[in-house]
Amino acid sequence: MNKTVKQLIFAVSLPCINLLLTNTLVSAKGTGLIFVSNEKGNTLSVLDSKTNQLINTIDTCGRPRGMHFNLDKTLFYVACADDNQIAVYDVATQELVERILDIEEPETFDLHPNGKILYVSNEEDAMVSFVDLETGEVVKEVEVGEEPEGVLVMPDGSIVFVTSENANMVHVIDTKTGEVLADILVGTRPRRFALTPNGKELWVSAELAGSVNIIDTALLKVTDELLFRPQGFRKDEVTPVDVLITRDGKTAFVALGRANHVAVVDVASKKVKDYLLVGKRAWGLTMTRDEKLLYVANGLSDDLTIIDVQKEKALTSVSVGFVPYAILIDD
Amino acid sequence: MIRKAFGIFCFAGLLSLQSVWGAGKTTLVIGYAELDGDPRYREDRRYAGIEFKPRGRPWPGAKVALRESRIVGRAIGIKFRLEKVSVKSEPELAEAIVRLHEKQNVSFFLVDAPAEALLTVANAAQGKPLLLFNVSESADELRGNQCRPHLMHTIPSYAMLADGLAQYLVTKQWRNLLLLQGKLPRDQAFSQAFRKTAKKFGLKITEEKEFVLSNDPRQRDQNNIALLTTHQSEVVLLVDTDGEFGRYVPYQTVHPRPVVGTEGLIPSAWHWAWERHGAPQLNQRFVKRAKRKMLGPDWAAWAAVKVIVESVLRTKSTDFEKVTGYLKSDRLTLDAYKGTPASFRPWNNQLRQPILLHTHNAVVARAPLRGFLHPTQNLDTLGVTSEGSGCRIED
Repeated sequence: MNKTVKQLIFAVSLPCINLLLTNTLVSAKGTGLIFVSNEKGNTLSVLDSKTNQLINTIDTCGRPRGMHFNLDKTLFYVACADDNQIAVYDVATQELVERILDIEEPETFDLHPNGKILYVSNEEDAMVSFVDLETGEVVKEVEVGEEPEGVLVMPDGSIVFVTSENANMVHVIDTKTGEVLADILVGTRPRRFALTPNGKELWVSAELAGSVNIIDTALLKVTDELLFRPQGFRKDEVTPVDVLITRDGKTAFVALGRANHVAVVDVASKKVKDYLLVGKRAWGLTMTRDEKLLYVANGLSDDLTIIDVQKEKALTSVSVGFVPYAILIDD
Repeated sequence: MIRKAFGIFCFAGLLSLQSVWGAGKTTLVIGYAELDGDPRYREDRRYAGIEFKPRGRPWPGAKVALRESRIVGRAIGIKFRLEKVSVKSEPELAEAIVRLHEKQNVSFFLVDAPAEALLTVANAAQGKPLLLFNVSESADELRGNQCRPHLMHTIPSYAMLADGLAQYLVTKQWRNLLLLQGKLPRDQAFSQAFRKTAKKFGLKITEEKEFVLSNDPRQRDQNNIALLTTHQSEVVLLVDTDGEFGRYVPYQTVHPRPVVGTEGLIPSAWHWAWERHGAPQLNQRFVKRAKRKMLGPDWAAWAAVKVIVESVLRTKSTDFEKVTGYLKSDRLTLDAYKGTPASFRPWNNQLRQPILLHTHNAVVARAPLRGFLHPTQNLDTLGVTSEGSGCRIED
């Protein structure tokens, strides 16, 4: 108990410092490539961020979903649910480097700030696996609710948050011991996370409740709930999935799934400022490094919508593969 | 200093969580009662190992939902358990339920039995703090004149299934139907639902024929598919709940017409090929346990356990009145794995839910279809409305 409390205090008191560190680690310029995982196409679409043209399609693995860069952005990881593995690609050459095998049905994951451990949600096994990237071994497995999905590691690496879509919970897990510190009840079908840059608020989308719950990371309690209702849509058609908060902590974007919109939220007042029309069943969100453009993956229209963040306006849409899921931008 | 204060704050937060966990484990037992030898699952509806229709008792559906509850239980300090009874007759079924209630204080029961048995059980449970869940009987009377305030339905009614299919036919503008039906009481009940549905959605049943399962040449006008389907309709609406005759109807009609109803395009509560809204994960969990594919009644049993667990979780209570109050209210937001949250209709205790329209290996559409609107709740375009219901449990 005492140990747990100490770790928790540690967890909530350090995030700001660590977040700064992580950000400075990212290299200054990238290849300008955009990678998109296509869940049903079993491919990765590669686009040139200057022209937004498709320049390559890579046959990758069975049901590729969550993706993540390594710390220096030289590699990226792809969760392959139907092949029970994580595929590792070289960013510059777009070549497959390695396959980390025997990871049961990975859906999404997050990387420890030290760059050495992946926290992976195993959708079918109701587990979260801690994967050591050096050895490719699963070093720990933690039992969580059915269909774990969203994974977020606190910037100091002490705690990992995981949603369980089926149990309607956010599990709070100690990364050192694997102990579940708390199970927080949230709205129906929780999916993804975003953390405010000060580390104080954890935003979690609840797909079927049509809401975002805000968890106070110190109290580990839900303190607020945001509801979305773009014009012309009923509550049951609003199914939020991905959430993204800008680096200045002022603005949040929420992909509203079947409502085919992205909500723009003022973080301080928790008010929805605008709803931007995008493609069909918008899930995945990613921003360019300068935060001028927002890319949205539309799973049921097989395209990306590109949004001018300042003007809050969709600029264009680009065709990608069959059921796009996640987007990475190396800029 | 600030950090210290912060720490104390944290500590308080954790303490409250710990106390919830620490609270002595309460166990909530959910009853599951089935009629052994239920004719709907008869093994002899199988010839030389050929299954006419996939069948199976819904018990594994309940088990899958129970397993899903274990982490929920961990968080609120309540353990869920299923207690199953399987008996041979209707009176025994009622007795078993009352006994479990009196001996083990079981208040929530899933019942897998035909309409008459469900009514026997419901009558025996009258006036007691008991809530029964019908997981396999679609008969419309149970949601109409024969409804009971303590009998909930997670399996869709015939009316809902028929309405779901009708919405598709309207969308396609396939409006003229030849109704080809069997003689079984279930065929008659489902056909009656289709007649009402046709009226509701402006479809026309331009001809009705009754088929007979036989090889007798003297009955050829009733057993020969060609002779039965000479009528010029746009669609053949087949109602054969048994399945032996029906499986030969597609491709044997005189005119090239799609077959819908109990073959071809079929409306169901669930299908294994549904691939959205988390369905693949639920299907995989079910297959692992049951060693067969998940069917409508399996889903309904799963849903019944889920609504009980969800209501306990949200009320953080096992008190019968509290849990039932939440369960029956519009606050219930059950993730039905069909995209739209499900809740019970207050006028007849039917779980409102989408209906899947499927072939043997694909879900073609999910009703309510686009364009079918209701003033408040589009799911209520499926099945009887509060005005149209003969049930008066709200009064």
